[in-house]
Amino acid sequence: MNQPKLNLSPKVSDEVRKTTCYMCACRCGIDVHMKGGKVAYIEGNRDHPVNRGVLCAKGSAGIMQHNAPSRLRAPLKRVGERGEGKFEEISWDEAYSIAEGWLRPIRETDPSKLAFFTGRDQSQSFTSWWAQAFGTPNYAAHGGFCSVNMAAGGIYTMGGAFWEFGQPDWDRTKLFILFGVAEDHDSNPIKMGIGKIKKNGAKVVGVNPIRSGYNAVADDWFGITPGTDGLLILSLVHCLMKAGKIDLEYLRDFTDAPVLIDADPNSATHGLALLDDDGHKLVWDRTQKRARCFDAEDVNPDLAGVWEVGGIRHRTVFQHMIDKYLSADYAPDTVAERTGIPAGRIRGLAAEIARVAFDEAIEIEQEWTDFRGRTHKTMTGRPVSMHAMRGISAHANGFQTCRALHMLQILIGSVETPGGFRFKPPYPKPATAHPKPHCKVTPGAPLDGPHLGFVHGPADLALRDDGTPARIDKAFTWENPMSAHGMMHMVISNAHAGDPYRIDTLFMYMANMAWNSSMNTSGTMKMLSDKDDNGDYVIPHIIYSDAYSSEMVAYADLILPDTTYLERHDCISLLDRPICEAEAAADAIRWPVVDPDRNVKGFQSALIDLGARLGLPGFVKDDGSPKFKDYADYIVRHERRPGVGPLMGYRGENGDQTGRGAPNPTQMQAYIDNGGYAIAHIPDDAQFYKPWNKAYQDWAVEIGLFDKASPYLFTLWCEPLRRFQLAAEGHGPRQPPDHLRERIKATMDPLPIWWDAAAAHGGDAGEFTVTALTQRPMAMYHSWGTQNAWLRQIHGRNPMYVPTELWEKHGFDEGSWARITSPHGEITVPVAHMPALNRNTIWTWNAIGKRKGAWALHDNAPEAKEGFLLNHLIHELLPPKQDGMRWSNSDPITGQAAWFDLKVKIEKVAAPADGTSRPNTGRQSSPVGTGPDKLAWEVK
Amino acid sequence: MTALPSHTDKKLGLVIDLDTCVGCHACVTACKGWNTQNYGAPLSDQDPYGKPSGTFLNRIHSFQSQPETGLARTTHFPKSCLHCDDAPCVTVCPTGASYKRVEDGIVLVNEDACMGCGLCAWACPYGAREMDQAAGVMKKCTLCVDRIYNENLPEEDREPACVRTCPAGARHFGDLGDPTSAVSLLVADRGGVDLMPEQGTRPVNQYLPPRPRDTIADVMTGDEDILAPFLAPVAEDPKGFLGWLDRALEKL
Repeated sequence: MNQPKLNLSPKVSDEVRKTTCYMCACRCGIDVHMKGGKVAYIEGNRDHPVNRGVLCAKGSAGIMQHNAPSRLRAPLKRVGERGEGKFEEISWDEAYSIAEGWLRPIRETDPSKLAFFTGRDQSQSFTSWWAQAFGTPNYAAHGGFCSVNMAAGGIYTMGGAFWEFGQPDWDRTKLFILFGVAEDHDSNPIKMGIGKIKKNGAKVVGVNPIRSGYNAVADDWFGITPGTDGLLILSLVHCLMKAGKIDLEYLRDFTDAPVLIDADPNSATHGLALLDDDGHKLVWDRTQKRARCFDAEDVNPDLAGVWEVGGIRHRTVFQHMIDKYLSADYAPDTVAERTGIPAGRIRGLAAEIARVAFDEAIEIEQEWTDFRGRTHKTMTGRPVSMHAMRGISAHANGFQTCRALHMLQILIGSVETPGGFRFKPPYPKPATAHPKPHCKVTPGAPLDGPHLGFVHGPADLALRDDGTPARIDKAFTWENPMSAHGMMHMVISNAHAGDPYRIDTLFMYMANMAWNSSMNTSGTMKMLSDKDDNGDYVIPHIIYSDAYSSEMVAYADLILPDTTYLERHDCISLLDRPICEAEAAADAIRWPVVDPDRNVKGFQSALIDLGARLGLPGFVKDDGSPKFKDYADYIVRHERRPGVGPLMGYRGENGDQTGRGAPNPTQMQAYIDNGGYAIAHIPDDAQFYKPWNKAYQDWAVEIGLFDKASPYLFTLWCEPLRRFQLAAEGHGPRQPPDHLRERIKATMDPLPIWWDAAAAHGGDAGEFTVTALTQRPMAMYHSWGTQNAWLRQIHGRNPMYVPTELWEKHGFDEGSWARITSPHGEITVPVAHMPALNRNTIWTWNAIGKRKGAWALHDNAPEAKEGFLLNHLIHELLPPKQDGMRWSNSDPITGQAAWFDLKVKIEKVAAPADGTSRPNTGRQSSPVGTGPDKLAWEVK
Repeated sequence: MTALPSHTDKKLGLVIDLDTCVGCHACVTACKGWNTQNYGAPLSDQDPYGKPSGTFLNRIHSFQSQPETGLARTTHFPKSCLHCDDAPCVTVCPTGASYKRVEDGIVLVNEDACMGCGLCAWACPYGAREMDQAAGVMKKCTLCVDRIYNENLPEEDREPACVRTCPAGARHFGDLGDPTSAVSLLVADRGGVDLMPEQGTRPVNQYLPPRPRDTIADVMTGDEDILAPFLAPVAEDPKGFLGWLDRALEKL
C-alpha cells in the first residue's frame, strides 16, 4: 500500500460572515466563508431559527448568483427601442436627474400618475412608506399574482395563514396534510419538518395533481383535479360534521360558531352579527337563556338554534353551517368525479383525520388563562396539521378554498393547539387589527394612509367620488373588493389601456413583468413597447430596478442597478415579513459581506436618495437636507411608532431592549455580532392558544407587536363578504354596477363555498378539456436560477409532462412535440411522459424558458431554445361573455391571479426543424454581454 | 493494477433514506461548492452559460414507477461513490492513482498520479466517477475527507457537506463497519440495502427503502361502523344532529 499523505485539515477560510440568504423567499441564515476578501463558500447557519444549519440547492449555489455574468454594472439609459435591450451606461447623478425630471412634475400635479410596484420585495414596509410619502395610491408588491388568497383567506378567517404567518407544530404533529404547495413557501422549514415527522413515525399526506417533490415522499397521495381542492375539503367537512368528529368546546369558546346572525331576509342587517351597544358580538347563553356578550366570564354559549332577539329571528353561525355542510351536495359520492378522488378514498382521509384528531389527542401539562379570565390546567391538542400555498390559492375560487381549509382546521380544534397549526409573531392578528386601504391623493402631499389593507365592506373600497377605481390596478373595487395585496398583474394592461386612467411613469423593482411574472407574456411585451399615433410610447416612462439583465430590463427607459444579496443591507422586519417561529419572535438583517465591484447600489438606498431629491416628507430634515445616509441608516434610525422601528433587537441607548426602545446607533453591528438575527422567546404559558391567551397578549404588548391586548374570535362567518352581498342585494349607499350584482351574490358567501372556476376556460365548444399547470422546481427560483451555472445544469429544461392516459391516446413517444392550445393562444413544445400525475393534467416547470439575449446566456442555451413559458396561454382577462364583457382572470373576491384555472387542448405535432419552441419572442441585446465559455470556480 | 487493502479500520460511508429524499438537490450544490474549492482540481463547467456540462460528484436521479396495482410513484435517488469494499475502480487503475484508504475505507483518486485514462469510470457499475474536462483528471466523491477530520472546523461540522446541508435529514454519515454505530443501527432498523449487490462490489453506502405508500384504506358507504368507526353518523337527519349537539354541549 502506498497511500499519499493528505492534508486532512486544510484551512477552510479566513473568516465567516453571517447574513441572510436571498436565493428564494425563505430567508435562511447563511455562513459566508471569505478567502482573501472574496466569497469562497456558503453553508447554512446552525444557530439560525429558520434553517438550523441546513441549506437548499439554491442557497449553496448562491456563489454562482453572486458572480453571475448577468449582473448589471452601472445605471443605464435606453438608446434603442423598448424591447431591444440597447443602453448606454450613465452616472448615478444622471440617473437620478432623469428620474427626478419625470417624478417631480407628477408629484406636484397628480401623484397617481406614478405606478410604483415592487416584486419579490422583502422591504415592503419601506417601499410602501416611500410610495405613501410620494402620494401615489398606486403601490403594491407581488402578492396579488402570488398567494394573496392564502394570506387574505387566513387573516379574514383566523388572523393568520400559512408560511410567514404560522407553521405546523412539527415536533408533536401526527398527521400532516399538504395541499398544492409552491416549494419555496417555504423551503427548508418544510423539508426539515417532513424529515422530523417521518422520524417520529407520523404520516404525511399530499393533495396535489402532481406526485413530485414533497408529494413523492408523502405516505399517501391524492392526485386531485386542479381547482377542486375546495370541494374535497368541504366533503371532508361534511364527513366530520356528520360523524360529530368536531371539537365542540373549541368551537364554542374560541370561534364565532355561537354568534347570532340576523336571519330576517327583509332586514338591512340580514346576515350580519347581532351586536351590543359597544359593538361586541352576541351569543345565546344556554344557562341564562338570553343573548349575551361573547367575552363575558361566565358566558355559556349555545352552538345551534334560532332565537328571536329584538323582534328579529337570529340563527347561530353553526346553525348555518349545519344547514350548508350536512347537505348531500358535499357527500363524497357527489364530489368524487369532479375532484378525481374516489368516494372511498375521501372517506378514508376523513376517517384518518378524525382518528388522529380525537383518538391521539395531546395533553400538555401547562396552566394558562384565557381572555375571559378562566384558568385551564392543561393544553389540549388535536395533532393534525396542514399546509397549503399557491396550488390552492391561484384559482378564481381560491379565496373560498383557503377559507374552507382553515374552517376544516378550526372544526377539529387544531389551530393554535399542540400538534396542530401555530401562529408566528406578529400573528395572530385579525383582519380588524390591520389597516384599511387608503387612496386619497393630494398633489404635492403624502397619501392619506397605507395603500394596502383589509376592507370590511363597501365603505372601505378604493373608489373615487365618481365611483371609478382610484388605483391603476383596480384593487379594492367591485370587481375584486378584498384585494389585500393589490393586483400587480393588472398594472401593465390597465396602464396600456388607460383604464381607469393614464399614467406617466411605471416604476418597478425586482419583477420580471416582461416575461415569467405576467400572464399573456407576448401581449405584455407589446403593451410595454406600444406607441400612440404620435409615435410616443403609450406608457410614457418606465423605470426598473434589478440586479441582473432580465427580460424586463430590455423594456425600461432607465435602469437603476441593484446589488447582489451579499452586497447589501436589508432588514427582514417585524413590520413586514419577519423570520419568526411559533416559539419566538425573530428578525434578521443582510449586510454587505463584500462591497460591490460595480457601479451599483442597493435599490432601497437609491430610493432614499431619490426621496431626498424629491424632498419627500420623512426623507429630508427641516432644512431640506437628506435625513438618511442610506438604507442601513434608515433601518437603524427610523421609528414607525415611538420606540418601534424596523428591527426589534438591541434597541435603547444601551442596546439591551427588545421590541420597544429608542434607536441604537450600534444596532446593526449588534445584529452582525449575533449572526445576523435577533430572537425573543415566547413564555411557556403563552406558547399556544395565542389569540385568546392572556399571557401571550401581554407579552405581545410588551415587545411592541401591538399596543393593547386584543383577543378575538375566529370568524368562520366572514361578515365583510356578507356586507358586499348586502350591497349587491340593494342595501346601502355604495352600490355595485348592475353587471356585477349576481356574481357578488354568488361568490361572496360568508361561509366557504366552492364553484367550478375552470368552467370559464373551457371554450365555447368545450374543446379545452385538459387542465394545465406549472410548478416551481426546488432548485430554482423564478428566473433567477437560469443565470446560475450550477442550478441551470439541474433544471435547464422544461418539457411538458403528460400523464399516461393522454400520452397513449395521442401516441406520444420519447422526443415527441406537442401543440398546446388555450382559448387565448398556442405554444409548440417538447413533451415527456409522467405516470404519477392526475390523469387529465399536464404541467411543466415554471420560468425555465428564457428570451434570447437575456441573463447573459448564449443563444445555444436550452432555456432559450426548447425552453418555454406556459404564460403565453394564459390571458389576464377571461374570454368574452355573451354581453361582450371580459372579466379579469382572477379571484372575484381578492383579485388573485388565477394562473391555475387554465384549460387546454393538446395535439401531437412534428418536432420543429430548428428544435426551438414556439412562440418565438425575438431577441434582446445584452447590456452585459454573455457569460464565459469555461468555468472552474476556485477562490485561492 | 492497483491492490485493495485487505482490511480497513473503519468503513466510513453514507446512509441515504429514499423514504425522505424529496429530490431537492441541496446535496448536489453543497458538494459542488465545497469540492470545487477543496480536494484536488476545481470542478469545472464547460459552456456554463450555453449548453452546459460540468463535473458533479453527487447527482440526484428521479424515477417514475407504476405498480401493477395502486398509484404511480416518484422516487428520488441520490447517487455518488459508494466507497465499495471490492472497488473495481481501484483494481482497474493502471497507475495506482485510485486507492482505498486503510484507515477509513474512503476511495480516493490521487490526482497527481491520475493520467485521465478513464478506465476506472468504465469499471464502476454505478457511474459514480466523472472525468473533469478542464483538469483532465478523474473526480469522485471524497466523502469530504478534508472536512471530516478537519481541525479548522468545529467538531459538529466534521461531516460531509452533503450530510450537513440535507434539509430533510435524508443523509447520514458514519462507520458502517461498527455494528453499534448510529448508521449501522439505522440500517438494521430500516432494512437498508446494497445498491446492485449482484455486481459483487460490496458497497459501503447503504440505501433505506421507502416505507409502504398509500396505506389509508378506502371506506365505502355503509362501512363506517365497522371499518371506520370515526365516521359513524351521529344521526340520520339534521334534526337528529341538533339533538346530538344539544346533548353533547350539555356534557361539556
